Amino acid sequence: MTTATPAKTKYEAIIGLETHCQLSTETKIFSDSSTQFGSDPNTNIDPVCMGLPGTLPVLNEKVLEYAVKAGLALNCTIAPYSKFDRKQYFYPDLPKNYQISQYDLPIAEHGWLEIELTDDKGKPLVDENGKALTKRIGITRLHMEEDAGKLVHAGSERLSGSTHSLVDYNRAGVPLVEIVSEPDMRSGQEAAEYAQELRRIMRYLGVSDGNMQEGSLRCDVNISIRPVGAEKFGTKVEIKNMNSFSAIQKAIDYEIERQIAAVETGERIVQETRLWDEATQRTISMRTKEGSSDYRYFPEPDLGPIEVTQEQLSHWKAELPELPAAKRHRYENELGLSPYDARVLTDDRTVAEYFEKAVTAGASAKPAANWIMGDISAYLNNEKLGISDIPLTPENLAEMITLIEDKTISNKIAKDILPDLLTKGGSPKAIVEKKGLIQVSDPKVIEAAIDKVIAAYPDELEKYRGGKTKLLGFFVGQVMKETGGKADPKLTNQLLQSKLNG
Amino acid sequence: MASIRELHHQLVKKECSAVELTQDYLKRVETLEPKLHSFLCVTADRALEQAKQVDAKLAAGEEVGPLAGIPIGIKDNLCTQGIPTTCASKILQNFVPPYESTVTAKLAAAGAVMVGKTNMDEFAMGSSTESSAFQLTANPWDVERVPGGSSGGSAAAVAAGECVVALGSDTGGSIRQPASFCGVVGMKPTYGLVSRYGLVAFASSLDQIGPFGRSVEDIAVLLETIAGHDPKDSTSLKVNIPNYASLLKPNLLKKQKLRIGIIKETFGEGLDPVVGQAVMAAVDELKKLGAKVKEISCPKFRYGLPTYYIIAPSEASANLARYDGVKYGFRTEEAESLMDMYTKTRAQGFGAEVKRRIMIGTYTLSAGYYDAYYLKAQKVRTLIKQDFERAFSEVDVLVCPTSPITAFKAGEKTNDPLSMYLTDLMTIPVNLAGLPALSLPCGFDDQGLPIGLQMIGNVLQEDVLLQAAYAYEQATDWHERQPEIGE
Repeated sequence: MTTATPAKTKYEAIIGLETHCQLSTETKIFSDSSTQFGSDPNTNIDPVCMGLPGTLPVLNEKVLEYAVKAGLALNCTIAPYSKFDRKQYFYPDLPKNYQISQYDLPIAEHGWLEIELTDDKGKPLVDENGKALTKRIGITRLHMEEDAGKLVHAGSERLSGSTHSLVDYNRAGVPLVEIVSEPDMRSGQEAAEYAQELRRIMRYLGVSDGNMQEGSLRCDVNISIRPVGAEKFGTKVEIKNMNSFSAIQKAIDYEIERQIAAVETGERIVQETRLWDEATQRTISMRTKEGSSDYRYFPEPDLGPIEVTQEQLSHWKAELPELPAAKRHRYENELGLSPYDARVLTDDRTVAEYFEKAVTAGASAKPAANWIMGDISAYLNNEKLGISDIPLTPENLAEMITLIEDKTISNKIAKDILPDLLTKGGSPKAIVEKKGLIQVSDPKVIEAAIDKVIAAYPDELEKYRGGKTKLLGFFVGQVMKETGGKADPKLTNQLLQSKLNG
Repeated sequence: MASIRELHHQLVKKECSAVELTQDYLKRVETLEPKLHSFLCVTADRALEQAKQVDAKLAAGEEVGPLAGIPIGIKDNLCTQGIPTTCASKILQNFVPPYESTVTAKLAAAGAVMVGKTNMDEFAMGSSTESSAFQLTANPWDVERVPGGSSGGSAAAVAAGECVVALGSDTGGSIRQPASFCGVVGMKPTYGLVSRYGLVAFASSLDQIGPFGRSVEDIAVLLETIAGHDPKDSTSLKVNIPNYASLLKPNLLKKQKLRIGIIKETFGEGLDPVVGQAVMAAVDELKKLGAKVKEISCPKFRYGLPTYYIIAPSEASANLARYDGVKYGFRTEEAESLMDMYTKTRAQGFGAEVKRRIMIGTYTLSAGYYDAYYLKAQKVRTLIKQDFERAFSEVDVLVCPTSPITAFKAGEKTNDPLSMYLTDLMTIPVNLAGLPALSLPCGFDDQGLPIGLQMIGNVLQEDVLLQAAYAYEQATDWHERQPEIGE
């Protein structure tokens, strides 16, 4: 592929996402089979989700609740009256050969979500005041539907050479919401950021686990390019088969370059569906779309209309948690954290809540953020644990931070006792007292230790005074050793320097 | 032939046992089936087992309901666990449901004894039971003639006394028209009164299960047993079910000052004059019984047929998409690819009438035609409903012929689908409006074939309808005549 970099600035990409998100209900959308992922094939099935003759769907009320909450969180208008429709097409993974979905009256419409603009490394871009740069992405609609089963092609590694296919209907009837965005994104990064924010919101709400590897969150991308300044959209290409956020970003970036190169060389862009190929890091053509498919939608006669009362709506609204964007704003504006810290802390709701509890318990925000994002998160990553799995409570963390701030202990001591706190828990104050680790801040005691050290290392003293000031660290270390690590480091530094400089 | 009340009395008084009664009926089935072919499958073992259980209860002195030990026929589009449910289609020839329909479960709980599964038009699409993939059912009044359809097997079985009562399903007249052709009582309840769970769908917004019997009282007993809300059917209504049979009392019409409307538009072209006369005579009888009678115009009534033939096939085209050879039922053995399997399975598995309706429905739902056909049909459906609403602001019950003609000869209309469709002209609007209606015998033509009177009630007015029908039945003796085949 030719490099299209000089041409790049002449074009802009128009990107929209269609996201399917499995809802984490215990049972299926229209029947009572389990939605458990990873069960043996065809064990989570029943006559209804298998579409046996004579069976009828009954809407799982949790699905409506989750869909409405998702709609509210995405700033959508919730339809007081909506309905289900049948979307018809033949495929072996679709038991009834129609999918119960929503067509012209979706449960939620006209919303938006806010994304942060980031650099290549995922760090938020900031304005001149240090505030995060954000962008609103429109949500066209959100609707409920049932998932299909899964085909397993046998006899070959690839679909093309397979001799037969097996069908697993465990996934058939798992509830989904399909969320369609406006074509508001302009880069792979924005799209990846949108998908991540969507997942964050779903996880905050507790309505979906958003696991891309297991297919709970699946994104299809629609993308076209046009010359900057042009009104008319270019020909749209659909990309599927991305199972990570970085794949979304890379697939889009690849596709933008491919389309620009095509246009630049006078090639016509064809309306088609392309697959992201992780192995070759390219998009490859899957099928060409000739006109739009006719799904012969019509209202599902087996289900009544869906009516959400004002009362029901207010009830569900009141149950919504504070969402990630609101948390980020609050952390930046009220707690004075940087956009980066706010973003990292709010990525996971349990982490954010841990942080907030620590702050409520008296910890200053910045050190609390640092401890959580630093040592604690390193430990959690190593041990593959969640923040709610560790014995160190946010209250204990706050206590430890307070001990540092009132100079009862040094940062170093804190780091020393942290492993114990992480694995066994307990009050930092009690540990510090028990182990006699309280910081020595009495200048006389420290000076005595300094005098002893200086007396013990005359050669080093001479070298230091001869200009090798780097030896300061050595002396600090020796003083720490002398005081069992308890000497106030700042004070030690000060006193040591003045003594050394004599 | 005995009624439910009489048989119940005999059982309770131990004049005969449920097993003996069942054996009698099974013997009758054995004798008559070679001529009638009402049943696709006779479930003798299950019937005797159910009868034994009833006898055990009676022997233990337990109280049993009116249907306990009563032999009943079940249309073969109602799922019965462990017993083939074919919809009279090759595509479901080997289908054995792993679950029980709500209505048959209720009947089993009430102690009713299932004699077998009755023949029908394939997937209930037809008006003569001739589109069954397996056999032709004869009309007990003249074995050369059809029993009507689609619930022809149930109607014929009840008329010939192969069972006491039976269940059918009615999408456009499939209970009332065969009831009319076979000289029995048949009722389509209000849409949503009876759970559809386990009824193999034809047109979901129109399908409704209902009873056949030889008297109004018998169907009232059956209806009160099968009706009621079912959490497995989202379209089933949350209403209290009256004890219909107990509401049937003499001289009701006078007391109630029942207002009856004759639907003017049903007395036009295409109506057999003999049928028209019998219905008018029935109206006179109702007048004598104290009803106030007036003529009512339902100008949109005649749009029922074309509207139905868009909505029903549209829904059917989706409902029948699941028969694809992948999961159950018939699968072609000649397929080379997935698409090939789909097309050959469906081409070989479905009969001509079913294919015709799938094609119509696929067409009417297609992009570009949806608005002109399906959407317009839905609008006309609303207009038809409004016609009925207006009529019921003036009267309590509407009457008209059930069918414009009496039973026709087998093969007479099989090559002319339109003339076959026309036999449902008077029953179809009722399904479109979701109303309850019944057909009961009101005379015979010059060839000795039964004529049916259709009575239509307002939404959930089954009680009023049954009371009016009961009053007429008590004053006439049409229902006492029996076909010679049963002699």
